[in-house]
Amino acid sequence: MAAYIFRRLVQAFLILLGVSLVTFVLLYLVPADPARQIAGRSATAETVANIREQLGLNLPFHEQYLRYLGRLVQGDLGRSYLQKTEVSALIASRLPASLLLMAGAIVCELLLGLTMGMVAAVRRNTRIDQGLMVLSFVGVSAPQFVVGILLLYVFAVQFGWFPIGGYGTFAHLVLPSVTLGFLGAGWYSRMMRSSMLDVLRQDYIRTARAKGVTRLRVILRHALPNAILPIIAMIGIDIGLFMSGIVVVESVFGWPGIGQLTWQAIQRVDIPIIMGVTLVSACAIVLGNLLADLIAPLIDPRIKLR
Amino acid sequence: MDTSADARKPVLSVRGLRTVVATPDGPRPVVDGLDFDLHPGETLCIAGESGSGKSMTALSIMRLLPEPMARIAGGSILLGDRDLARLGEGEMRHVRGNEIAMIFQEPMTSLNPVMTIGSQLTEALTAHRPMASAEARAAALEALKAVRISEPERRLRQYPHELSGGMRQRVMIAMALALNPKVLIADEPTTALDVTVQAQILELIRDLQRQTGTALIMITHDMGVVAEMADRVAVMNRGEVVEQGPVREIFHAPKDPYTRELLAAVPKLGALKGIEGPLRTAGQARPATPQPEPVVAVRDLTVRFDIRGGALNRVVRRVHAVEGISFEIKPGETLALVGESGCGKSTTGRALVGLLPFQGTIHIAGRQVNGRDRQSIRAMRRDIQMIFQDPYASLDPRMTVGDLVGEPLVVHGLAKGQELEDRVASLFTRVGLQRDHMRRHPHEFSGGQRQRICIARALSLEPKVIIADESVSALDVSVQARVLDLLQELQSELGISYLFISHDMAVVEQISHRVAVMYLGQIVEMGTRSQVLDTPRHPYTQRLIEAVPIADPDRRRESFARLQGDVPSPVHEVGYVPRHLRLRDVGDGHLVADEDETPALGCAA
Repeated sequence: MAAYIFRRLVQAFLILLGVSLVTFVLLYLVPADPARQIAGRSATAETVANIREQLGLNLPFHEQYLRYLGRLVQGDLGRSYLQKTEVSALIASRLPASLLLMAGAIVCELLLGLTMGMVAAVRRNTRIDQGLMVLSFVGVSAPQFVVGILLLYVFAVQFGWFPIGGYGTFAHLVLPSVTLGFLGAGWYSRMMRSSMLDVLRQDYIRTARAKGVTRLRVILRHALPNAILPIIAMIGIDIGLFMSGIVVVESVFGWPGIGQLTWQAIQRVDIPIIMGVTLVSACAIVLGNLLADLIAPLIDPRIKLR
Repeated sequence: MDTSADARKPVLSVRGLRTVVATPDGPRPVVDGLDFDLHPGETLCIAGESGSGKSMTALSIMRLLPEPMARIAGGSILLGDRDLARLGEGEMRHVRGNEIAMIFQEPMTSLNPVMTIGSQLTEALTAHRPMASAEARAAALEALKAVRISEPERRLRQYPHELSGGMRQRVMIAMALALNPKVLIADEPTTALDVTVQAQILELIRDLQRQTGTALIMITHDMGVVAEMADRVAVMNRGEVVEQGPVREIFHAPKDPYTRELLAAVPKLGALKGIEGPLRTAGQARPATPQPEPVVAVRDLTVRFDIRGGALNRVVRRVHAVEGISFEIKPGETLALVGESGCGKSTTGRALVGLLPFQGTIHIAGRQVNGRDRQSIRAMRRDIQMIFQDPYASLDPRMTVGDLVGEPLVVHGLAKGQELEDRVASLFTRVGLQRDHMRRHPHEFSGGQRQRICIARALSLEPKVIIADESVSALDVSVQARVLDLLQELQSELGISYLFISHDMAVVEQISHRVAVMYLGQIVEMGTRSQVLDTPRHPYTQRLIEAVPIADPDRRRESFARLQGDVPSPVHEVGYVPRHLRLRDVGDGHLVADEDETPALGCAA
C-alpha cells in the first residue's frame, strides 16, 4: 500500500512536470507580449524593453523554463504581472471557495446522478425510465451558463428561495453547486443505469433473490456497491471537468473562486496566474484520481493495490 | 430407495406447468405441460440437453424467471396447498430460501464479490428469521461446518474470490440448507467443477439430504450424475417430459426413443477397455510407418507468469504454470492432455501456437519455434492451428462465417477472389455444412454448427497439427459425439495430428491414441490410451479416473475416493526452484512419475 502510494506520487510528479512544460510552451507561443501588457499602451519602447529585461522575457526559451522550474521547486509560482502580488497568495485566497463549490457539486451529481440511474434501471423501459433519461440528456447537453441563468431566474428571482449571487452561507452554495453538478449528474445517471442493468443480470443477484432477501435489500445491499465501482473511477476524472466548469459557474454566480481569477488572468494575459492555476488544477486532477483509486478497494475487496 | 414415500403426500406437485418466453413472433413455450410429484426425501433428476427447458422449470418453481421476457402461462405448482404459480411477490419471498432453496451452476459468479461469506450466509438466515447478529453468526458457522469446509471460522471473514470453486459451491449449499428447506433445487451444481471436486460435492449433497430429509430436484445434462444421484428421473426434450420413472428403468429399459438416443450418445469411461486406438479406428492397426518423425516435439517446456508489485514495480512472485514438460506427437496421432483446472494444460496449448512466451524448445514439423521472431511464428502458424472451447465467443459476431473461415487464407496471402470462395466452400462441405451457409452470421448457427465452423477455420491453412482446447466440452452429448466423429474422420483422411486438451476422461478415451496426465504444471503419467486409462499407475491418475461418475445406476458408489483439501498453489516467490518430476518407463513407453516426488497430493482414500 505504502509502496503503491509512493509509486503513484512519483508518477504524479512526472505528470506535473509535463503539464508545466506544455503550458509553458503554449504561453510562450502566444502572440501577445506580456511586457507590453504590463507597461500599457502609452509606454515607450524603452520601458517595455526594461520590463522584458526585468522579467527575463528576453532569455532563450530553455533558460526561461529552467528559471521558472527553479522557483517552482521553492514553492514560488511567481508574481502576477498586473496585480503585483504573489500568485501563490492569490490562489490560496481563492482556493477554499472553489473547493467548497466543487464539494457541493460532487454531492449534487452523486445524489442526483446515482439516484436517477438506479431508479431508471430498476424501472427499466417504463415511463419513469424514459423521463429520467430525457432529463439526463438535458443535463449532458445544456450549456452550464444556460442552466445557471435558468436556475437563478426560477429559484432566486421568481421564488426567492436562494440569493441571486455571492458567497458566505449555505443558501449561497446551493444553486452554483447544482449548476456545476448538473452536467456530471447527466453522465452519472446514464453510466449508473447501464452499470446497474449489468449488475442486475448477474448470477449473485439471482442468488440473493433465491435466498428470499427483500427487493429493496437486493438493490441497495447487493446491486448498488457493485454498480457504483466503475463510477468511482469517473469521479477522479470529473475534477478536471469541474476545473473548466467553475470558470463559467463562478462568473454567473459571482463566486469568488479560482474560476473568476482564471477568467480575469486570461483576458489580461497574466501568464504567471494562468501557469499557477493550471498547475494547481493538474494537482487536483492527479490527487482526485489517486483518491478514487484508493477508495475502490474499500468497496471491492478483489482490487489489490500494489 | 423409498417405497413408503409414494404413499405419503408429495411435498411439491407440478401440474400442467407452461412457461413461455416472449419472441418477436409472439410467446413461445419453453416448458409445456410439465407434470411431476416430488416426495419428501426423494431425489428427482431432471435430465436433458441444452434448450430442453430444465433450467426454466427450476426458475419457474422458484418464480425467478426473468420477467416479463419469460413468464408462467399456465398450470400449477403446489407446495402443500399453496399454488406458487399464483403467489404474489411478497409471499413468494417467504417461500424462497425458507421452504424451497436453490443451488446454481456457476459457483464462481453466484456469490456477491463485495460481501463476505459470513454476511451472505447470515443474510440467508435473517431474511426469514429475526435473530440477533451474534446468534446469526453462530448459525452461519454451524451451516459452514455442516458442509465440511476447512477452517470455517476463517471462511466467514473471507470474500468469495479467496475461495476455490469447490469451496464456493459448499458455501452455496450451506446457504441453501441453512433454514432446512423442504425442497432443494440444484441446477447443474457440479457442471463447472473438476471431476474430483464434483465427486465431493455430489457426496456432500447426498449425505446432507439423508440427514435432513430434504427433497431434491437435481437438474443435469450429465447422465453419469443422474445415475449416481437419482431415485427417479424425468427426461426433458423441447420443453416436455418425454419419459419419467425410477432410475433403473430409465437406464435399463428406456421406452422413449429420445431417452434411448441420449443414453447411447453418452461416452462411458471404460467402454474401450483393452482396445488400442480411438473409437473410430479401434482395433485397426495404424499405418505402420517405421518410426515416423514427430510432427510436434516439445522439450522442457516451461511457462511462468510474473506478478509485479512493490515500490519499483518489480517481479515479486511467479505463477509456475508449466514446468519442464516434454512430449512428442507423431503424424496422424492424437495426444490427449488431461488434468484439472489450473494444471497448465491450456497454457501448454497456447505456448505451442506461439500465443505465450516460453522457455524450452518446441519443434513443429521439424522447424524450431522461436518465440521472438515474428517471421518464424507466422510460418509456424500455418502448420499448427487451434480450436477453442467456446464456439460462441471464438467467432466474431459481426463477420459472416464465410469471411471467418477464409480469413486465415487472406492473412497469409494464400488465396483471393474466386479461388478463396471455392476453397472456403469446400471447407464448409468438408465439415458437414452447406455452401450457402457462408453468407450467414455466427448467431444463426447452433453450438455444434459453430464448432464445425471453428474446425473449418482451423483446417483452412491445411495444418499438420490442430490443438483442440476443450473443444467439445460446451456441447451437448449428442452434438459432442458428432463433432468427435468429424475430428476423427478428418484425421484418417488428412493425417492431421491433434493435441486434445480436455478434463473429460470419457471423451479422451474415445478420441486419443496416447494420453498425458498433467498435475501442477508437470506431466505425472504418459503412455498409450490403454496404458494410462486401463492400468493407471500414478495415484493422481487413478483418483481422476475413479472420480468420473459412470452412467449406470448399478455401479453407484457409496463413498468416493477423496482428495483432501485443495491442490497446492502454483504461485511461488521469486527464486523458487521447482523440482522437476522424473518419469520412469514402466514398460512399453508407459511413463510414470515417482509417487513420492509428486508435491502434496494430499491423498486420503
